[in-house]
Amino acid sequence: MTTTDTSRTTTKAGTTTGSTAVHLKGLRRAFGATRALDDLDLEIKPGELVALLGPSGCGKTTALRVLAGMETIDSGEVLVDGVDISGVPTRKRDMGMVFQNYSLFPNLSALDNVGFGLRVRGRAAAERRSRAGELLEMVGLADQADKYPHQMSGGQQQRVALARALAIEPRVLLLDEPLSALDAKVRLQLREQIRLLQTQLGTTTLFVTHDQEEALSMADRVGVMRSGRLEQIAAPAELYARPATAFVAEFVGTMNRLPGTTVPGGVRVLEADVTADITGRTSGTEVDVLVRPEDMTLAPTAHGHGIVTTRMFLGGVTRVTVRLESDVSVLVDQPSAAAAELAVGAAVEVAITGRVLVADRS
Amino acid sequence: MVAVTTPVELAVTPVRRRRRTSWGRWIILLLAAAYFLVPLYAAAEFAVSGPDGIGALTGIAGKSGFVEAFTLSLTLALVTTVITLALMVPTAIWVHLRLPRVQRLFEGITILGIVIPPVVLIVGVLQVAPATLKGTPYLLALEYAILAMPFAYRSLDAGLRAIPLTTLVEASRSLGAGWVVTIGRVLLPNLRSALLSATVLTVALVLGEYTMASLDQFETFPVWVVVYQQDDAHVSVAVSLLSLVATWVLLMLISMIDTRRLRRGKTS
Repeated sequence: MTTTDTSRTTTKAGTTTGSTAVHLKGLRRAFGATRALDDLDLEIKPGELVALLGPSGCGKTTALRVLAGMETIDSGEVLVDGVDISGVPTRKRDMGMVFQNYSLFPNLSALDNVGFGLRVRGRAAAERRSRAGELLEMVGLADQADKYPHQMSGGQQQRVALARALAIEPRVLLLDEPLSALDAKVRLQLREQIRLLQTQLGTTTLFVTHDQEEALSMADRVGVMRSGRLEQIAAPAELYARPATAFVAEFVGTMNRLPGTTVPGGVRVLEADVTADITGRTSGTEVDVLVRPEDMTLAPTAHGHGIVTTRMFLGGVTRVTVRLESDVSVLVDQPSAAAAELAVGAAVEVAITGRVLVADRS
Repeated sequence: MVAVTTPVELAVTPVRRRRRTSWGRWIILLLAAAYFLVPLYAAAEFAVSGPDGIGALTGIAGKSGFVEAFTLSLTLALVTTVITLALMVPTAIWVHLRLPRVQRLFEGITILGIVIPPVVLIVGVLQVAPATLKGTPYLLALEYAILAMPFAYRSLDAGLRAIPLTTLVEASRSLGAGWVVTIGRVLLPNLRSALLSATVLTVALVLGEYTMASLDQFETFPVWVVVYQQDDAHVSVAVSLLSLVATWVLLMLISMIDTRRLRRGKTS
């Protein structure tokens, strides 16, 4: 159990920063026969931004809603600064939330939307307006204060929603796929803005998304969920470089799956022996070998075991698709300068140069 | 050959079809208008053809018993509207939020009020009504609230479907608001049209209901119209006509407010 003292300090901008620790401990929640949360355990350190990533139905949104108090649990504990708040209603949890759908109150202006939480808390009108104005300025919408939601774009509405969630100085900020309804350019801008504000304010944040790029670029740590459980939680670079399971490896980034056989100390794949962790497997077992495109190289050879089928220019690198003799296709990232020589139809030799992960044969 | 003729046929056919549809629509519209307007014209013609002439319409307020009956009906309309909205608004919100699966069943229950014969309804209400209400005209308000249920529920149902109810409620609750604040400051302002519509339908129902008032032996506005018909049919028809026009004007006002709100949302 994580027990951390809450300490709140006020920044120059007059914004209170929190340092709240969260521990979701052994959470279980079933909807009929479906287990949305299956003994989920997640710790969020004070001021940290943790992203929960996973496919639809993996339980990430349920976990966030449990923390918000909008969903009940069958068993487990929701600890905030060491205190179990499982029985505390949503309105008393002091958690700001930004929703996937546009959630601004249509009858209120941007300023009144941001000031809503303060009004509920009985703050004076002048204080409310001043604070809401500050927050709108922070999200770059000071000039939109009198606009109503239907007069703003989706991106502006989500920024107002973020300001509204922060206005109450939440102990924890909850972001439920807040960027999924926005177009790519706005999503990128808002992503940076959320991260900047979160870092400035130091608000403990739980961010739920199915977009791995969002999760990897914004979070201090990313938790990959599957069937109501955390498969792995780690810093983005570690998660990418050292995935703990085949599921994580294939869910995060691009991964090739090649047939291979275990040999002492590694696997035999692409007619070569490669070092790998094969703990628990006997020699000679047929397995799948997972390897990232950047951990492979290509060499044009007259009698190579692969044929280039497509090339995709990605800037510094070109992603080349090679069909092997075994009829398996692999993706290989080549520096674009070197890839220029590789015409579609050319015979190539593919080799593994980086780390591989061994998984059961699918 | 085919390549040349097909585009010409395609270009001509939709125009013909559109014209035919347009005429068809006008004919249906005119028939419907005639169906509603001819009886109204006949009623107006009859109302002013009596000995009082146009006075049948202008001198209604001076007729014996009219003010008392109309005041009672207006009071009942107010009380019924308050009871109906106080019951239906939280119930409709709750059903939409927490019990979406029973929406159909609930719709069915609301219809019972107009399916059950008035006599049965009156006896039923008498069984459960507080003793202080028995013998007072306010007993009628309870009966009218049951009658108004299907109309009020459908209006509120349409309004609730038009807003992101769950998200608004969760957003409000996460910001610290209780149910009273959430309903009062977030939901009701966004259900204004639905509330107005439910109110007008309830008022129209109370101002037009005869059977229950008559069985309960209270002289409400519709009962007065029927009773007065025996003395002066021309005035009675004039009053009926005016009440119909008043209700129609109210409905048009709601429609105008709605249209203006929609237009404001689209243009900005």
